[in-house]
Amino acid sequence: MNTASQSQPETSISPTVGRPFAILAQYENPADAMHAAEQVRDAGYKIWDVHSPFPVHGMDEAMGLKNSPVGYFTFLGGVAGFTIGMTMIWWMGAVDYPIVVGGKPLFSPLFAFPVSYELTILLAAFGSVFGIFFLNRLPKWYNPLFKNRRFELGANNDKFFIAIETADPRYSETETRKLLESTGSKHIELVEE
Amino acid sequence: MASVAPTAPKVQGPPAELEREPLVLNNRPLSWISDQIAGIAEGKAAKWWWPAFIVSAGGTLMMATMIAYLISTGIGVWGLNQPVAWAWDITNFVFWIGIGHAGTLISAVLFLLRQKWRTSINRSAEAMTLFAVVCAGIFPVVHTGRVWFALYPGYLIPFPNSNGIWPQFRSPLLWDVFAVSTYGTVSLLFWYVGLIPDLGLMRDRAKTKVKKFFYGLFAFGWSGANRHWSNYEKAYLILAGLATPLVLSVHSIVSFDFAVSQLPGWHTTIFPPYFVAGAIFSGFGMVLTLLIPLRSLCKLEDIITKRHIDLMCKVILGTGSMVGYAYIMEFFIAWYGGNPYELDLFIRNRVADPFIFGPLFHVDPAPYWWAYWTMMICNVFTPHLFWFKKLRSSMIFVWIISIFVNIGMWFERFNIIVTSLHRDFMPSNWGMFSPTWVDILTFVGSFALFMTLFLLFMKFLPVIAISEVKGVTPQADPHHPLGGAKGGQH
Repeated sequence: MNTASQSQPETSISPTVGRPFAILAQYENPADAMHAAEQVRDAGYKIWDVHSPFPVHGMDEAMGLKNSPVGYFTFLGGVAGFTIGMTMIWWMGAVDYPIVVGGKPLFSPLFAFPVSYELTILLAAFGSVFGIFFLNRLPKWYNPLFKNRRFELGANNDKFFIAIETADPRYSETETRKLLESTGSKHIELVEE
Repeated sequence: MASVAPTAPKVQGPPAELEREPLVLNNRPLSWISDQIAGIAEGKAAKWWWPAFIVSAGGTLMMATMIAYLISTGIGVWGLNQPVAWAWDITNFVFWIGIGHAGTLISAVLFLLRQKWRTSINRSAEAMTLFAVVCAGIFPVVHTGRVWFALYPGYLIPFPNSNGIWPQFRSPLLWDVFAVSTYGTVSLLFWYVGLIPDLGLMRDRAKTKVKKFFYGLFAFGWSGANRHWSNYEKAYLILAGLATPLVLSVHSIVSFDFAVSQLPGWHTTIFPPYFVAGAIFSGFGMVLTLLIPLRSLCKLEDIITKRHIDLMCKVILGTGSMVGYAYIMEFFIAWYGGNPYELDLFIRNRVADPFIFGPLFHVDPAPYWWAYWTMMICNVFTPHLFWFKKLRSSMIFVWIISIFVNIGMWFERFNIIVTSLHRDFMPSNWGMFSPTWVDILTFVGSFALFMTLFLLFMKFLPVIAISEVKGVTPQADPHHPLGGAKGGQH
């Protein structure tokens, strides 16, 4: 491959089909994947991920990930739930159709509490679930990695993968492969879009 | 990292007698866990599955017929009437809601307490929660006869109707509607979030196009990416944190249905904690009733080990003791509180049997003494057999005791409701309750519905949280030699 084809790869390679999406390296155990992730992190890659069948303890640090911001979504949901509960009960009982029952006040935060409490939890839970979908950009039913047989058989089963996307500014066909080889991966391959 | 001295201190494990039994026996590899659990839902159904399903589905159909009869004829087909205007319907409702509590306890509370053994049982227990809530929800909805009023004029759900009236938010019955519907919804979310990684695995393993499509659709494109796991784990922790106060509030609010009223036997401050303990007790009973056959039928003995069963027996022992304490304290307070109605209710409506306590207190036997003593024997006596390790490790024995727990807890609710209502302040207002065949068949049908849903769940979804079980094996720990850690590297 000469330099001309590297500067404009999309015209030289057949259109869309066969365009490389990511370089995929397989590891047999979580420790190897974690050490590899540390090296990829230190090499300064940004658009990459580790795929594992379960969350590996310590992988967030190895990848240099920050604390997940899901909690903000939960908090927003919770505040909304409590406010909706209190406002709804006050409006229905004291504004829209005031009716005195047993000489009790038309509105009191005390009897409104159980329902507002349940709504706080309900909307906070919805907030957290919405939060994961939003932050993970899911649902995403098409993923080029799924076409890779090795990935399909292993990623949710018993193997560990590092996928560095070609969109990463530091990605280079040779250097990235070299880096992954140096981490001890036995299977490295290019995944097409 | 590579330059770590070869003389790095070797971490010593605990002494042999303190070494815990592993959570997955026989050092099974990760792929074995996938194959074993996913295999249950893949391929042909087991030989016992179809007969079990046909019987359960038949029972569900029977329940549907009974409900159709109830709605088309009126609630006179049930045995309830004045003074026992709440009877089996609310008993069954409280019973089923209680069953559900073990699922949330296992999935949320044990998660927060870092009890790793929960991973083998949380999926099926959470499924059990959902199905129990479905069974529970049927009774309050149909018990008015005209079910469509639940939604349209909105006696359950606030709904703008033609008279402009809103539900009564001062009533614990309405709190209950919000508590139970929130509980059902949050349990579903929690269960579904836990399922997503396993659905990803099912999608990857699926052999047919149809299966691949549906598992893929519900897996939302899960790829096991660590950036996803990071958000996922945080959200799972938060959901556990939300479900914990929720599960405590649900049965507390269910108990307010009774405790907030003025009726002797109901008007008691001990009810909320006592209901919660009883709910967990009954739920664990049901978990054992289901899992002991499941583990041997599906060859899951290496994943749901004897240690898991042993630990669940201990939870039953603990919560059973709380329930026993509550029963005795309730009785003590009935005397110590100095309210003659309360004490009379306890002695004359519940405790006084014709043989010992009736003659002892010089009163006529209580009409429902057998219900009270069934409850006492099943809930106060039987759990204490679990003090013995030998008994805890006999699967058949544990299974039989779990049935006793189920029976006892149903009778607890029957006692609270029927024995309190049938004789209150005025003798002219006294009466008796006996169920009709419609009552009985509806209740039996609710078990069939529960089993049908559980069997369908087994057929299509992984019954054990695969990714979570993998996560607690030593192979999953990057700092363990089996997880690939080289000596002294970490």
